[in-house]
Parts: sequence; structure tokens; C-alpha cells
Amino acid sequence: MYNQMVLVRRFEERILELFSEGMLSGTTHASIGQEADAVAVINHLAEGDIVVSNHRCHGHYLVRTGDVVGLMAELMGKADGVCGGRGGSQHLCADNFFTNGVQGNMAPVAAGMAYAEKAKASGAVVVLFLGDGTFGQGTVYEAFNMMSLWSLPVLVVVEDNGYAQTTPLRLAFAGSFEARAQAFGMTAGEIESTDVEVLYKHFGPLVERVRRDSRPHMEVIHTYRLCAHSKGDDFRPVDEINNRRKLDPLTIAGEHLGLERVEVVEGRIRAVIREAEQTARAMQYPRWTE
Amino acid sequence: MNMRYFESLNKALHELMQQDERVILLGEDVLDPYGGAFKVTRGLSTAFPNRVLTTPISEAGITGFAIGLALRGFRPVLEIMFGDFLALCADQLINGAAKFSWMYNGKVQMPLVIRTPMGGRRGYGPTHSQTLEKIFMGVPEITMVAPSHYHDAGELLKRAVLKGSEPTLFIENKSLYPQPLLVAVNSQVDDFYVYEDLAEDYPTVSLSLAADQRPDVVLIAYGGMAPLAVEAARAVFMTDEIVVQVMLPSLIKPFPLADVLSAVQRAGRVAIVEEASVYSGWGAEVGQQITSKAFDQLRCPVGRVGAQETPIPSSVSLETGALPQVEDIVKALRAQLQR
Repeated sequence: MYNQMVLVRRFEERILELFSEGMLSGTTHASIGQEADAVAVINHLAEGDIVVSNHRCHGHYLVRTGDVVGLMAELMGKADGVCGGRGGSQHLCADNFFTNGVQGNMAPVAAGMAYAEKAKASGAVVVLFLGDGTFGQGTVYEAFNMMSLWSLPVLVVVEDNGYAQTTPLRLAFAGSFEARAQAFGMTAGEIESTDVEVLYKHFGPLVERVRRDSRPHMEVIHTYRLCAHSKGDDFRPVDEINNRRKLDPLTIAGEHLGLERVEVVEGRIRAVIREAEQTARAMQYPRWTE
Repeated sequence: MNMRYFESLNKALHELMQQDERVILLGEDVLDPYGGAFKVTRGLSTAFPNRVLTTPISEAGITGFAIGLALRGFRPVLEIMFGDFLALCADQLINGAAKFSWMYNGKVQMPLVIRTPMGGRRGYGPTHSQTLEKIFMGVPEITMVAPSHYHDAGELLKRAVLKGSEPTLFIENKSLYPQPLLVAVNSQVDDFYVYEDLAEDYPTVSLSLAADQRPDVVLIAYGGMAPLAVEAARAVFMTDEIVVQVMLPSLIKPFPLADVLSAVQRAGRVAIVEEASVYSGWGAEVGQQITSKAFDQLRCPVGRVGAQETPIPSSVSLETGALPQVEDIVKALRAQLQR
């Protein structure tokens, strides 16, 4: 799990550098500081399970697929990127993995996919990742209603990093996450942690319960993003960010592991990313064909 | 009497569900005994209780839900009770259904059919009477089918559901629901000679009172404008001896230009009628496509008929003023001959 977190961290750091160098265009949303969420949840999933992610999806994608080259190439807009350069950072699709760039519009899609899997009796669960800012979208509640009404196997994982782009939660959010889900008859809980071991243990029973009972559940992870929402749009107090660095999931997990093993992992991951970058750089750009 | 438009659609849905396990039907108030606001889904929930889903009033949500079904191998048919409510579905359609197949580089298909009634002439007022197809005219990857009662509406619905792999808006003009289907017998409906290329999935029906003559003008219309167009064609033939070839495409996006082009080139005069207001409308696209291919044969600019640039009023007398009428089409046809 530490490997996966380091992979996501170093990958996204490199992506931000490549943006600065002008190698990448468009926009991107890094999950630096939130890596433990993806790792703790997705490692509990079976092959047939479905992950539905959002604009901040690189971590979810890498943990789910391990496809470093495909994602790097996609971000570079290359023909052999995971979506042939058509999707880019926030529009990814691989086996049973889907993301889209509009807040909340995948929530009812996730419900429909869960209904389909239930109808096929496949036993698959759908994990829907949402951010705190997405809770302003009505489709989320339309989806919660359908998930509960039709008893669908959906685990909604809310990554509450306290900010919707630059807007703090308190300026955009009334009431509580859990009460909103519970109003639809869903079970809901919350955890505040960036410790991947703690989170991993926490999510195991939740995934299994959703699968066993075929009922939706929402779990909120209170976390923090140590990077900007995208690029050049970070106006949070420096002290606040620095305080949160003490809870960096990599630091916590690294302390459990010991310096020596950390360095081995770091070295290996850096090599993987360097190699993926070289491979992706050498790839062709797609040509427009009518 | 021939089967009526809504009965044809209802029969097609029964056959679709019988034929293909992947077809699943959903929408608001679609269960028996009500069977949908316009009775198109009548009997289906009784016959297929596990595959007909009545939904909450959540047009965006149920559109996304149907998209999810399509992504996992089903062929959902979603009923949106009034076409006006497609405004609520717009994000799901534009940023979801229309995108997934292409932006995921062909990794998924989107065999989603959304059936919805459009159009006025029933006094339903501003939010239940519109013709909003033009909103989706500019969205790549969305197909729009809008049969008139000269088409085999049910057969077209079956093709959309079984053959399609892209999101399809299936537009049913609500004034047509009670109309009997006008199926040609010996290539005739009443005194009109009728032609359609049955090899096409979504054929264009062509009607003329004098099929052996070169038409003076081609009149292009679809859906609920079909009966008005045909009546106008008869009127100008009787009073002015103007020979009109009425062409009724069932596929409105992408527009099947090839179906109308040779008739347009022969006539050199074209009028287009639609139930929506003309500004930025379907007819603007059709007219431009025609002009770009038949400029040298056109004797005058393409004529346009449509609704007024206002909301659709409730009061029948006002609604009549706002929506295109037979007289408006007659006027446009005569204007074509005066140039």
C-alpha cells in the first residue's frame, strides 16, 4: 500500500512539473495528501467491481489499474494513452473504471450501473468517489434516492478535503454529510484519518457489507489536499497547509516502514515513473482522421 | 381503422421486450393501470413486471441512471413525460451520453433511447408544449428520430432500440398520438402518391398529388408538422395548381440530405416548416445544407415557416397565433412561386 501511495504522489508531482515545463496542456487536479483514500478503499475490491471517479482521479486510476504509462500518455495527449488522448486528465475509462469532469453527473450513472449488476446477479459493487464540493449538486441526491429505493450495492466514498476549489466548506455547505445520506435511508459514517492502515481496516467491512446486503452506504473521509485544487489556485493560509503536512499520509506510513525501506520504495517508484515518462514521450500524437 | 400512432409505439415496446432481454423500460408513471401520461407504456408493466421501472421525478437522475444501464450492457428505453423536461436531462445528455463512447475512445457503447413527446396544439402552455429539438441539434453524437404518422412509428422505435449504439432522442409529437398511421396502399394514401425507401432504417416519406410532374416546390417537414404540410400542399394544388412534393424525414439529426437533394434540384424551390421558432432552428441547418449542394438549381432563397419567437401560450386562441398553421405554410408556398 505504501508503494501505491508513493506511486500516486511522485506521479502527480511529476505531472505538475511537466505542466510547468509546458509539456502538458489543459488542466489537472492532483490528489497530493489524499492518496491514502484511494489505496484504502480500492484494495478491497474484486475484479468485477466498478470504480466511478471524478475530476481528481489519477490516484484512483493508478491504484485500480497500475497503468502508469497509459495515464502518463493520456495526460500528454498521446495516441496510446488510455483514451487515445481524447479524454485527458479527468475523462478516463479502463475496465470497470469510469471518470467524468462534471461535478456529480456520474452519481446517477453509478446508480444505473449498480442496478445493472444487481439485475445480472454479478455480485459486483460500485464505488462512487465524490468530493465535498460535489454535495452542492442535485443529481447526488437524486442518485442517493434511487440507490436506497432500489437497494443498490453502492459504496459512496466522500473525500472531504475541506475545500471546493478555493471555497471553504463552511461557505458552501449546510448541515452534515451523514444526515443528508441518512435522509434517504442510507447508512452513513465518517472517519478522520490520513493513516492508510487505519483507513484500510476501516473500509474492509464496509465494502463487504455493501456487497452482502446490496444496500448503499456512504462513508466520509475527512482529509486534506496538500496541493492546489488545480494549478495556481491555492489561497489557503500557509500555516494551515503547513500544519497539515504533519499528517501527510506518506510520512505516517513511512514512519511505520522505516527509513531504509522507504528509500528502496522511493527509488523503485522514481524509476518506474521515469521510465513511463520516457515511454510516453516517445509515443506519437494522435492524428485527426475524419 | 389503422393502428394509431401511440398504439404502434406501444406494440413495438411489447415486441421489443419480448424479443430482447436487454431492453429495460423506465420513466415516470409508466406502470399500469396508468401506463404513462400518453399511454405508450400501457400493459408493459403487467407483461414484464421486472423490467419496467417507474421512477422518481428526477429527470436528470433517471437519465444518468439509464446511461449507467447502457454502459453495463442493457438497452434502456427511457420515457421523459414531456419533451420540455429534456432541459433537466441536458447535462446528462450533453456531458454524459453524447460523450462516453467517443471520449473513451470507443471503449464503451451508448445504446440509449429516450422517448419523449414534443409539441403544442393541446393548450398545455409554456412549459409543456415546446419543440426543443434544436437545443440538441448542435450536440455531436446525438441522433434524433421524429416519425410522422406517415411512418411506421413502432418499427422505427424498434430499430432505434435494437440497432442503435449511440444515444437517440426519439421525438413523438403529442398531437400525433391519437392519429391513425397512414400506411400507403399501392403507393397511395388518399389521393397522394407516396414514396419511401424502405431500405433505409429511418426513411423519408415523400408525398405528391402529381407524382408524374416535376414539383414546383419541395416542402420539408417532420413529426407533428406532417398533417399541416400535407393539407397545405393539397390547398395550393386545388387553388393555384402548385405541385408540391412534401418530404417528411424521420431522421432529423443527422439530416438525410441525400433523401431530398434530387427533388430539391428538380424543383429549384424549397420551403421548410418546423413547429419550433425558426431562429437558429432545424430549418436553418437543413436550408444551409441544401443551399450548399443545390445553389445553382435554386431559383430563390429557401422559405422558412415556424413558431413565433415567444413562449407557447396556454389559451388556445393565443397558441394558434404562436404556432405555425396551414395558412402560414400556404403563404410560404405561394411566396416561393412568386420569385
